[in-house]
Amino acid sequence: MTKGIVKGIIANLVMVEVDGPVSQNEICYIDHKGVKLMAEVIKILGKIAYTQVFESTRGLTVGTPVEFTEHMLEVKLGPGMLSKNYDGLQDDLNKMDGLFLIRGEYTDPLDDDKVWRFTPLAKVGDVLTGGDWLGEVPESWIAHKIMVPFVMEEQYTVKSIAALGDYTIQDIIAVITDKDGNEFKLNMIQRWPVKLPVRAYKQKPRPFRVMETGVRTIDTLNPIAEGGTGFIPGPFGCGKTVLQHSISKNADADLIIVAACGERANEVVELFVEFPELDDPRTGRKLMERTIIICNTSNMPVAAREASVYTAMSIAEYYRTMGLKVLLLADSTSRWAQALREMSNRMEELPGPDGFPMDLPAIVSNFYARAGFVYLNNDQTGSITFIGTVSPAGGNLKEPVTESTKKAARCFYALSQQRADSKRYPAVDPMDSYSKYLEYEEVQEYLNKNVSPNWVSTVIRAKDILLRGKESYDQINILGDDGVPLSYHDKFWKSELIDRVILQQDGFDPVDQSTPMKRQRYMLELIMSICDAEFAFETFEEVMPYYVQLINICRQMNYAEFDSPDFAKYEANLQQTVAERKVK
Amino acid sequence: MATQAFQKIYTKLNQVTKATCSVSATGIGNEELATVSGRLAQVVKIMNDSVTLQIFAGTEGIGTDAEIIFFGKPPTLKVSEHLAGRFFDAYGDPIDGGPKVEGEEVEIGGPSVNPVRRKQPSELIATGIAGIDLNNTLVTGQKIPFFADPDQPFNQVMAMVALRAKADKIILGGMGLSNDDYLFFKHAFENAGVMDRIIAFVNTTENPPVERLLVPNMALTAAEYFAVEKNEKVLVLLTDMTLYCDALSIVSNRMDQIPSKDSMPGSLYSELAKLYEKAVQFPDGGSITIIAVTTLSGGDITHAIPDNTGYITEGQLYLRRDTDISKVIVDPFRSLSRLKQLVIGKKSRADHPQVMNTAIRLYADAANAKTKMENGFDLSDYDERVLKFATDYSMEILAIDVNIDIDKMLDTTWDLFKKYFTKAEVGIKDEFMKIHWVE
Ligand SMILES: Nc1ncnc2c1ncn2[C@@H]1O[C@H](COP(=O)(O)OP(=O)(O)OP(=O)(O)O)[C@@H](O)[C@H]1O
Ligand SMILES: [Mg+2]
Repeated sequence: MTKGIVKGIIANLVMVEVDGPVSQNEICYIDHKGVKLMAEVIKILGKIAYTQVFESTRGLTVGTPVEFTEHMLEVKLGPGMLSKNYDGLQDDLNKMDGLFLIRGEYTDPLDDDKVWRFTPLAKVGDVLTGGDWLGEVPESWIAHKIMVPFVMEEQYTVKSIAALGDYTIQDIIAVITDKDGNEFKLNMIQRWPVKLPVRAYKQKPRPFRVMETGVRTIDTLNPIAEGGTGFIPGPFGCGKTVLQHSISKNADADLIIVAACGERANEVVELFVEFPELDDPRTGRKLMERTIIICNTSNMPVAAREASVYTAMSIAEYYRTMGLKVLLLADSTSRWAQALREMSNRMEELPGPDGFPMDLPAIVSNFYARAGFVYLNNDQTGSITFIGTVSPAGGNLKEPVTESTKKAARCFYALSQQRADSKRYPAVDPMDSYSKYLEYEEVQEYLNKNVSPNWVSTVIRAKDILLRGKESYDQINILGDDGVPLSYHDKFWKSELIDRVILQQDGFDPVDQSTPMKRQRYMLELIMSICDAEFAFETFEEVMPYYVQLINICRQMNYAEFDSPDFAKYEANLQQTVAERKVK
Repeated sequence: MATQAFQKIYTKLNQVTKATCSVSATGIGNEELATVSGRLAQVVKIMNDSVTLQIFAGTEGIGTDAEIIFFGKPPTLKVSEHLAGRFFDAYGDPIDGGPKVEGEEVEIGGPSVNPVRRKQPSELIATGIAGIDLNNTLVTGQKIPFFADPDQPFNQVMAMVALRAKADKIILGGMGLSNDDYLFFKHAFENAGVMDRIIAFVNTTENPPVERLLVPNMALTAAEYFAVEKNEKVLVLLTDMTLYCDALSIVSNRMDQIPSKDSMPGSLYSELAKLYEKAVQFPDGGSITIIAVTTLSGGDITHAIPDNTGYITEGQLYLRRDTDISKVIVDPFRSLSRLKQLVIGKKSRADHPQVMNTAIRLYADAANAKTKMENGFDLSDYDERVLKFATDYSMEILAIDVNIDIDKMLDTTWDLFKKYFTKAEVGIKDEFMKIHWVE
């Protein structure tokens, strides 16, 4: 093993003189008075390895010994990750003692003594490769597949496989041999270097199914595909985190991985507290049973912040290879980019725009490319849908992280300060935002088949009304209420009807916070029928009160359980009010 | 600080810049404390045997033959009950003429709380100010700044909030405080008869700017002692964080770091987060709540300091002079308390969230009507009514000198709704209309 000695320290950048070979991204441990501080090699210049330390370097001295490990930063994968709370390096936070995090304390992400009921899926003689299924164990409600480790990329023959029974993750459950007859004994644990994408699948087609999130402004207006990518940029306080939390509560996914990356600890505590209590609207199980939280809050070491998104992605890839629908949420990817910037500055690299590393766009797009819908080797499907938030400096979307992400992600949910200020939540701007998936023929086909026959054209019509409403509003503002034809007021208020009833959604109301697709269809078609109607108005002053009345009734509908007597009552009231003025 | 036998002493400097100096030395720890010609300094960089120190009081007059004494430890504070009622400088030395405080010596800027050991904040802090309690309710364990123009009375409002907040301890971290403001705080606390609950760490404009870098961590280390060891509710006031950031940029620029936006260091977000994230609710009842002041230059919140702060804190409060009523109000549009939903409608009346949102929506309509009026357009009947509503709402609810409890704030707002609007215009859930809209 290569050893080294600390030669220089600038914050968490530590220069180490090495006595043998080292590799880029290799992990080493700095032995600070008996406390081992984990670090990653990020640059090598001659005999000097530049390492970023995942801990505080307070008190560290030149001359401290360092040991290299010959492996990169890895995740430890196996049954038992569900419902866990990990830090960015996959330490189990619940296993740590005391109120405060202790430097150099690393805990096991898995539980060695837990017993799992193993059912073999492969047979002796089967020829398998990395990612193929050997057997399964029930992990909470998921049939957790035990796979040939991803790092084993050759073809292997199953020599023996454990019978149905109870095993710990350390017990050998299969023996496989390579073409030269070398034997490999496998237990339920495998490791994977987080910075590399897992490629244990056959094919990655264009996504073609839609993933429901329960958020109307997404599902109805700009749906995200299962296996798709999206991002939410927005100035502080505009609702990125609330929107992601809503998605995590309501999305139609088997498994949700939340990477809290350099954001507030209290927001993660909210998940810790709420998720074990809240029901998954689809299965009735507790939300926590389908959730893994990776948490590197802003006060935790910066280098581990960068690691956290990769840790989360690797765990997502692991579960995808089991044939599951995984939703990965990262808040905020800007903090990860800033972590890169801090290190790059300390290494005095030539900075790109705003001091970010030159290769930021490539780093971001490589990361987003790890999401996707896949056909596994056994023709089953799995997916990772990824939605990241971006926190643009000064709220200006023309900054490097937003621009890099815009190139990489297919859905763009721009939060607008103006909407947030007027409490039009979620503050997703209906004009600026887009979903490229809505242009995919296969997605259009899927929507028209699964939601409603003319769904896509209805959605496009709704968007047109919103646009025309905005144009009318601008004209009214320039020319004055009575300086424009009456129809301008009508157009504006029809767009308001869509905005306030469909787009705006109360993230904190038990009913309104999540809308199943069936209900979204019902409401959009109802609202569009009103938008298609012509109403009799004498003066512009009659327009607003009338629409406000309609909006008010519709909002009461939004607060009522779908198909409940209350809902029906409000709807009857709505139809009556519409009939009062409708001319066509 | 007295010299002790085991301390390492050097007398040859290799380099001196405006805030830092370098010396050849071995066995020195990162972030270790030292004195250079008697001035306190801290290790910020080590390269082979060259150690770079940041000198808090500045390097004016430091010679290459200056005596450097290393302490073998990072900055510390002695914590005990005796901190209560005392005023200190940035180094934790008394400035009130009293004796040094004895107690356990702890490193400042210590480790972070394990997130799974935190408790979700859930205790409402009542201040009597409707712009806060009604619209931007504060919760123990929260961190929130005032974004204020330098000429606004932010220190006065902050002192008022602190004194009404029923905290067990109020810890003031003053950075670049003018002497007048320092005395204002001192007198405000004395007059309120709460000196036994006050602890202050103060760097005034008369002290060197780089010293400020120690102040927040001193205050927060003291806060952790009372919140963790004594399970007390601690309120930390940090003013002015913009001056703290300016000091950060002085040091990083002297160290030839590549500045990012607005000549602030690229690590500004992490540096600020490390401080603000000390705000916490502990399971055993202790808590640290941080109320800070970030002064703006020309009201620009896209500047790196307020921008990074906004991304870290749990909301922000803006003061504004409402010219219609000639009073200072907490601006209902841009102000936000992110934690309010943990308590409103739960620790306060169930109609609180809806009443709050509706009033702000109507207030926004008034702002639109005002624009219309200024542009010379005719006002509709609705416009006239929202404008009247807005004036009453400012006067009876938002003005900073109104001091009432939350139920009263809600009742008053309902009265204004009824006075100016129809049920449909108000548009609150029927269940609340039934209770509160009695004609
Ligand atoms: N859908 C919503 N319904 C009601 N209130 C909302 C909604 N979205 C956001 N808010 C309000 O806005 C506040 C800020 O939202 P959030 O924390 O999601 O912002 P953010 O964009 O993540 O900000 P930051 O970048 O600082 O993390 C919330 O605390 C809440 O008060
Ligand atoms: Mg957020």
